Amino acid sequence: MISFRMMKNSYKFLLVVLIIYCVVGLFNFSLACAGVQNTGVVLIKIFPTILLILFITFLVNRYLEVDKIVKYLGKDSGKKGLFYSIISGILISGPPYILFPLLKDLKKKGMKKSLIAVFLYNRNVKIPFLPLIIYYFGPTFTVIFSGYIVLFSILNGFLVEYFLRKRNV
Amino acid sequence: MNTKQAFLKSFASIKTSLPIMIGILLLVNLLGPFLEKNASNIFTGNLFFDPLIGALMGSISFGIPITSFIVGGELLSQGVSLVAVTAFVLAWSTVGVAMLPLEIVNLGRKFAITRNLICFVFAIVIAVLTVGTLNLINYL
Repeated sequence: MISFRMMKNSYKFLLVVLIIYCVVGLFNFSLACAGVQNTGVVLIKIFPTILLILFITFLVNRYLEVDKIVKYLGKDSGKKGLFYSIISGILISGPPYILFPLLKDLKKKGMKKSLIAVFLYNRNVKIPFLPLIIYYFGPTFTVIFSGYIVLFSILNGFLVEYFLRKRNV
Repeated sequence: MNTKQAFLKSFASIKTSLPIMIGILLLVNLLGPFLEKNASNIFTGNLFFDPLIGALMGSISFGIPITSFIVGGELLSQGVSLVAVTAFVLAWSTVGVAMLPLEIVNLGRKFAITRNLICFVFAIVIAVLTVGTLNLINYL
Protein backbone atom coordinates (compact mmCIF):
# COMPACT_ATOMS: atom_id res chain seq x y z
CA MET A 1 0.00 0.00 0.00
CA ILE A 2 1.32 3.47 -0.88
CA SER A 3 1.74 5.73 2.15
CA PHE A 4 0.49 9.35 2.08
CA ARG A 5 4.04 10.67 2.48
CA MET A 6 5.26 8.81 -0.60
CA MET A 7 2.45 10.09 -2.79
CA LYS A 8 3.06 12.84 -5.35
CA ASN A 9 1.80 16.26 -4.24
CA SER A 10 -0.81 16.32 -7.01
CA TYR A 11 -2.34 13.04 -5.75
CA LYS A 12 -2.16 14.24 -2.14
CA PHE A 13 -4.17 17.31 -3.16
CA LEU A 14 -6.82 15.19 -4.89
CA LEU A 15 -7.03 12.88 -1.87
CA VAL A 16 -7.56 15.82 0.51
CA VAL A 17 -10.35 17.15 -1.74
CA LEU A 18 -11.98 13.70 -1.80
CA ILE A 19 -11.84 13.58 2.02
CA ILE A 20 -13.51 17.05 2.14
CA TYR A 21 -16.21 15.66 -0.17
CA CYS A 22 -16.76 12.66 2.12
CA VAL A 23 -17.15 14.96 5.15
CA VAL A 24 -19.52 17.30 3.26
CA GLY A 25 -21.42 14.25 1.96
CA LEU A 26 -22.06 13.07 5.53
CA PHE A 27 -23.89 16.34 6.30
CA ASN A 28 -25.31 17.23 2.89
CA PHE A 29 -25.29 14.30 0.51
CA SER A 30 -27.11 16.07 -2.34
CA LEU A 31 -24.58 18.96 -2.34
CA ALA A 32 -21.64 16.54 -2.60
CA CYS A 33 -23.44 14.56 -5.32
CA ALA A 34 -24.18 17.72 -7.32
CA GLY A 35 -20.50 18.73 -7.01
CA VAL A 36 -19.30 15.38 -8.37
CA GLN A 37 -21.91 15.45 -11.13
CA ASN A 38 -21.01 19.00 -12.22
CA THR A 39 -17.31 18.12 -12.17
CA GLY A 40 -18.04 15.16 -14.45
CA VAL A 41 -19.95 17.40 -16.84
CA VAL A 42 -17.09 19.95 -16.94
CA LEU A 43 -14.49 17.21 -17.45
CA ILE A 44 -16.44 15.79 -20.40
CA LYS A 45 -16.79 19.31 -21.83
CA ILE A 46 -13.08 20.11 -21.54
CA PHE A 47 -11.86 16.69 -22.71
CA PRO A 48 -11.49 17.80 -26.37
CA THR A 49 -9.54 20.86 -25.18
CA ILE A 50 -7.25 18.62 -23.10
CA LEU A 51 -6.60 16.54 -26.21
CA LEU A 52 -5.93 19.70 -28.22
CA ILE A 53 -3.46 20.96 -25.62
CA LEU A 54 -1.80 17.52 -25.56
CA PHE A 55 -1.44 17.79 -29.32
CA ILE A 56 -0.05 21.35 -29.18
CA THR A 57 2.38 20.33 -26.40
CA PHE A 58 3.44 17.39 -28.55
CA LEU A 59 4.03 19.69 -31.55
CA VAL A 60 6.00 22.11 -29.35
CA ASN A 61 8.17 19.28 -28.00
CA ARG A 62 8.60 17.60 -31.38
CA TYR A 63 9.16 20.52 -33.75
CA LEU A 64 9.89 23.69 -31.82
CA GLU A 65 13.60 23.89 -31.22
CA VAL A 66 14.93 25.68 -28.16
CA ASP A 67 16.67 28.33 -30.28
CA LYS A 68 13.38 29.24 -32.00
CA ILE A 69 11.57 29.70 -28.66
CA VAL A 70 14.46 31.79 -27.39
CA LYS A 71 14.40 33.85 -30.60
CA TYR A 72 10.64 34.58 -30.54
CA LEU A 73 9.82 34.44 -26.81
CA GLY A 74 13.19 34.49 -25.05
CA LYS A 75 15.02 37.31 -23.27
CA ASP A 76 16.14 38.99 -26.51
CA SER A 77 12.77 38.67 -28.28
CA GLY A 78 11.96 42.35 -27.63
CA LYS A 79 8.79 43.91 -29.04
CA LYS A 80 8.13 40.94 -31.33
CA GLY A 81 8.01 38.58 -28.33
CA LEU A 82 5.58 40.91 -26.61
CA PHE A 83 3.41 41.06 -29.72
CA TYR A 84 3.36 37.24 -30.12
CA SER A 85 2.46 36.78 -26.44
CA ILE A 86 -0.43 39.25 -26.63
CA ILE A 87 -1.84 37.76 -29.84
CA SER A 88 -1.47 34.15 -28.70
CA GLY A 89 -3.01 35.02 -25.30
CA ILE A 90 -6.06 36.46 -27.04
CA LEU A 91 -6.40 33.71 -29.66
CA ILE A 92 -5.58 30.53 -27.71
CA SER A 93 -8.57 29.47 -25.67
CA GLY A 94 -8.78 27.05 -22.80
CA PRO A 95 -8.83 27.25 -19.03
CA PRO A 96 -5.55 28.04 -17.25
CA TYR A 97 -5.28 24.59 -15.67
CA ILE A 98 -5.00 23.14 -19.15
CA LEU A 99 -2.55 25.79 -20.38
CA PHE A 100 -0.14 25.65 -17.40
CA PRO A 101 1.58 22.39 -18.50
CA LEU A 102 2.12 23.86 -21.98
CA LEU A 103 3.59 27.06 -20.51
CA LYS A 104 5.79 24.97 -18.21
CA ASP A 105 7.29 23.29 -21.28
CA LEU A 106 7.75 26.63 -23.07
CA LYS A 107 9.39 28.07 -19.95
CA LYS A 108 11.81 25.14 -19.82
CA LYS A 109 12.66 25.84 -23.44
CA GLY A 110 13.48 29.46 -22.67
CA MET A 111 10.24 31.50 -22.76
CA LYS A 112 10.59 34.67 -20.68
CA LYS A 113 8.59 34.76 -17.43
CA SER A 114 7.31 38.23 -18.26
CA LEU A 115 5.89 36.93 -21.55
CA ILE A 116 4.15 34.06 -19.73
CA ALA A 117 2.48 36.69 -17.53
CA VAL A 118 1.54 38.76 -20.61
CA PHE A 119 0.11 35.66 -22.30
CA LEU A 120 -1.96 34.69 -19.25
CA TYR A 121 -3.34 38.21 -18.77
CA ASN A 122 -4.48 38.52 -22.38
CA ARG A 123 -6.56 35.37 -22.04
CA ASN A 124 -9.20 37.75 -20.67
CA VAL A 125 -9.76 39.37 -24.05
CA LYS A 126 -11.83 36.62 -25.56
CA ILE A 127 -13.27 37.38 -28.98
CA PRO A 128 -16.12 34.82 -28.70
CA PHE A 129 -17.25 36.42 -25.40
CA LEU A 130 -17.40 39.96 -26.77
CA PRO A 131 -21.11 39.80 -27.76
CA LEU A 132 -22.01 38.71 -24.22
CA ILE A 133 -19.92 41.48 -22.59
CA ILE A 134 -21.51 44.02 -24.96
CA TYR A 135 -24.96 42.65 -24.05
CA TYR A 136 -24.40 43.12 -20.30
CA PHE A 137 -22.07 46.14 -20.19
CA GLY A 138 -22.43 47.96 -23.52
CA PRO A 139 -20.03 48.43 -26.47
CA THR A 140 -18.13 51.45 -25.06
CA PHE A 141 -17.40 49.64 -21.81
CA THR A 142 -16.25 46.55 -23.73
CA VAL A 143 -13.78 48.53 -25.88
CA ILE A 144 -12.35 50.45 -22.90
CA PHE A 145 -12.19 47.32 -20.72
CA SER A 146 -10.44 45.22 -23.41
CA GLY A 147 -8.02 48.06 -24.21
CA TYR A 148 -6.97 48.40 -20.58
CA ILE A 149 -6.48 44.64 -20.28
CA VAL A 150 -4.04 44.60 -23.22
CA LEU A 151 -2.25 47.70 -21.92
CA PHE A 152 -1.96 46.40 -18.37
CA SER A 153 -0.83 42.97 -19.57
CA ILE A 154 2.41 44.61 -20.72
CA LEU A 155 2.82 46.33 -17.35
CA ASN A 156 1.97 43.02 -15.66
CA GLY A 157 4.77 41.23 -17.54
CA PHE A 158 7.22 44.00 -16.73
CA LEU A 159 6.37 43.95 -13.00
CA VAL A 160 6.47 40.14 -12.73
CA GLU A 161 9.94 40.14 -14.32
CA TYR A 162 11.06 43.05 -12.11
CA PHE A 163 9.95 41.48 -8.82
CA LEU A 164 11.31 38.04 -9.71
CA ARG A 165 14.65 39.53 -10.73
CA LYS A 166 14.72 41.48 -7.48
CA ARG A 167 14.35 38.19 -5.62
CA ASN A 168 16.87 36.54 -7.98
CA VAL A 169 14.41 33.90 -9.23
CA MET B 1 13.48 14.90 -29.80
CA ASN B 2 11.84 12.06 -31.78
CA THR B 3 8.09 11.51 -32.10
CA LYS B 4 7.84 8.89 -29.34
CA GLN B 5 9.89 10.94 -26.87
CA ALA B 6 7.88 14.06 -27.67
CA PHE B 7 4.59 12.22 -27.12
CA LEU B 8 5.70 10.62 -23.84
CA LYS B 9 6.97 13.97 -22.53
CA SER B 10 3.73 15.74 -23.45
CA PHE B 11 1.62 12.96 -21.94
CA ALA B 12 3.65 13.02 -18.69
CA SER B 13 3.15 16.77 -18.47
CA ILE B 14 -0.66 16.47 -18.77
CA LYS B 15 -0.71 13.44 -16.45
CA THR B 16 0.99 15.41 -13.65
CA SER B 17 -1.59 18.17 -13.88
CA LEU B 18 -4.65 15.93 -14.14
CA PRO B 19 -5.17 15.05 -10.41
CA ILE B 20 -4.86 18.75 -9.42
CA MET B 21 -7.16 19.73 -12.28
CA ILE B 22 -9.83 17.25 -11.08
CA GLY B 23 -9.32 18.31 -7.44
CA ILE B 24 -9.74 21.99 -8.29
CA LEU B 25 -12.87 21.32 -10.34
CA LEU B 26 -14.35 19.30 -7.46
CA LEU B 27 -13.62 22.15 -4.99
CA VAL B 28 -15.00 24.79 -7.31
CA ASN B 29 -18.20 22.86 -7.89
CA LEU B 30 -18.63 22.48 -4.15
CA LEU B 31 -18.05 26.16 -3.31
CA GLY B 32 -19.23 27.85 -6.53
CA PRO B 33 -23.02 27.71 -5.97
CA PHE B 34 -22.61 29.16 -2.46
CA LEU B 35 -20.48 32.08 -3.69
CA GLU B 36 -22.79 32.87 -6.62
CA LYS B 37 -25.89 32.81 -4.39
CA ASN B 38 -24.46 35.12 -1.75
CA ALA B 39 -22.43 37.54 -3.88
CA SER B 40 -25.02 40.33 -3.93
CA ASN B 41 -25.39 40.30 -0.10
CA ILE B 42 -21.70 40.94 0.45
CA PHE B 43 -21.48 44.35 -1.30
CA THR B 44 -22.15 47.30 0.98
CA GLY B 45 -22.57 50.18 -1.48
CA ASN B 46 -19.35 51.81 -0.25
CA LEU B 47 -17.45 53.20 -3.26
CA PHE B 48 -14.08 52.56 -1.64
CA PHE B 49 -14.64 49.05 -0.28
CA ASP B 50 -16.90 47.63 -2.99
CA PRO B 51 -14.17 47.32 -5.68
CA LEU B 52 -11.94 45.69 -3.05
CA ILE B 53 -14.72 43.29 -2.06
CA GLY B 54 -15.42 42.69 -5.78
CA ALA B 55 -11.78 41.81 -6.43
CA LEU B 56 -11.66 39.56 -3.35
CA MET B 57 -14.86 37.78 -4.38
CA GLY B 58 -13.63 37.39 -7.94
CA SER B 59 -10.28 36.02 -6.73
CA ILE B 60 -11.82 33.17 -4.80
CA SER B 61 -14.49 32.45 -7.41
CA PHE B 62 -13.79 30.18 -10.27
CA GLY B 63 -15.49 29.00 -13.40
CA ILE B 64 -15.42 29.57 -17.11
CA PRO B 65 -14.98 33.34 -17.74
CA ILE B 66 -18.35 33.52 -19.48
CA THR B 67 -20.00 32.73 -16.11
CA SER B 68 -18.28 35.74 -14.52
CA PHE B 69 -19.95 38.09 -17.02
CA ILE B 70 -23.35 36.50 -16.40
CA VAL B 71 -22.92 36.74 -12.60
CA GLY B 72 -21.55 40.29 -13.07
CA GLY B 73 -24.57 41.25 -15.16
CA GLU B 74 -26.89 39.89 -12.46
CA LEU B 75 -25.01 41.82 -9.76
CA LEU B 76 -25.39 45.01 -11.80
CA SER B 77 -29.13 44.46 -12.09
CA GLN B 78 -29.26 44.00 -8.29
CA GLY B 79 -27.76 47.47 -7.83
CA VAL B 80 -24.09 46.66 -7.23
CA SER B 81 -21.83 49.43 -8.59
CA LEU B 82 -20.19 49.02 -12.01
CA VAL B 83 -16.70 49.53 -10.56
CA ALA B 84 -17.24 46.68 -8.06
CA VAL B 85 -18.67 44.41 -10.76
CA THR B 86 -15.76 45.20 -13.12
CA ALA B 87 -13.23 44.37 -10.39
CA PHE B 88 -15.16 41.18 -9.66
CA VAL B 89 -15.28 40.08 -13.31
CA LEU B 90 -11.61 40.84 -13.93
CA ALA B 91 -10.36 39.20 -10.72
CA TRP B 92 -12.49 36.14 -11.52
CA SER B 93 -10.48 35.45 -14.65
CA THR B 94 -7.05 36.90 -13.78
CA VAL B 95 -6.56 35.94 -10.13
CA GLY B 96 -6.78 32.24 -9.48
CA VAL B 97 -6.68 31.39 -5.79
CA ALA B 98 -8.23 28.01 -6.60
CA MET B 99 -5.71 27.55 -9.40
CA LEU B 100 -2.70 28.52 -7.29
CA PRO B 101 -1.58 24.94 -6.46
CA LEU B 102 -1.53 24.04 -10.15
CA GLU B 103 0.20 27.27 -11.17
CA ILE B 104 2.84 26.71 -8.47
CA VAL B 105 3.48 23.13 -9.62
CA ASN B 106 3.92 24.23 -13.24
CA LEU B 107 5.41 27.72 -13.13
CA GLY B 108 6.96 28.03 -9.69
CA ARG B 109 5.83 29.39 -6.32
CA LYS B 110 7.32 32.89 -6.58
CA PHE B 111 6.09 33.42 -10.12
CA ALA B 112 2.55 32.28 -9.25
CA ILE B 113 2.26 34.35 -6.07
CA THR B 114 3.83 37.49 -7.61
CA ARG B 115 1.63 37.27 -10.71
CA ASN B 116 -1.58 36.73 -8.74
CA LEU B 117 -0.85 39.60 -6.35
CA ILE B 118 -0.19 41.97 -9.27
CA CYS B 119 -3.36 40.76 -11.01
CA PHE B 120 -5.37 41.41 -7.83
CA VAL B 121 -4.16 45.02 -7.61
CA PHE B 122 -4.68 45.48 -11.37
CA ALA B 123 -8.28 44.23 -11.12
CA ILE B 124 -9.08 47.19 -8.85
CA VAL B 125 -6.98 49.70 -10.85
CA ILE B 126 -8.47 48.66 -14.21
CA ALA B 127 -12.00 48.70 -12.75
CA VAL B 128 -11.53 52.28 -11.51
CA LEU B 129 -9.89 53.38 -14.79
CA THR B 130 -12.52 51.68 -16.99
CA VAL B 131 -15.47 53.19 -15.13
CA GLY B 132 -13.67 56.56 -14.87
CA THR B 133 -12.98 56.61 -18.63
CA LEU B 134 -16.54 55.52 -19.35
CA ASN B 135 -17.94 58.33 -17.19
CA LEU B 136 -15.61 60.83 -18.85
CA ILE B 137 -16.75 59.74 -22.34
CA ASN B 138 -20.40 59.94 -21.29
CA TYR B 139 -19.77 63.39 -19.78
CA LEU B 140 -18.16 64.69 -22.98
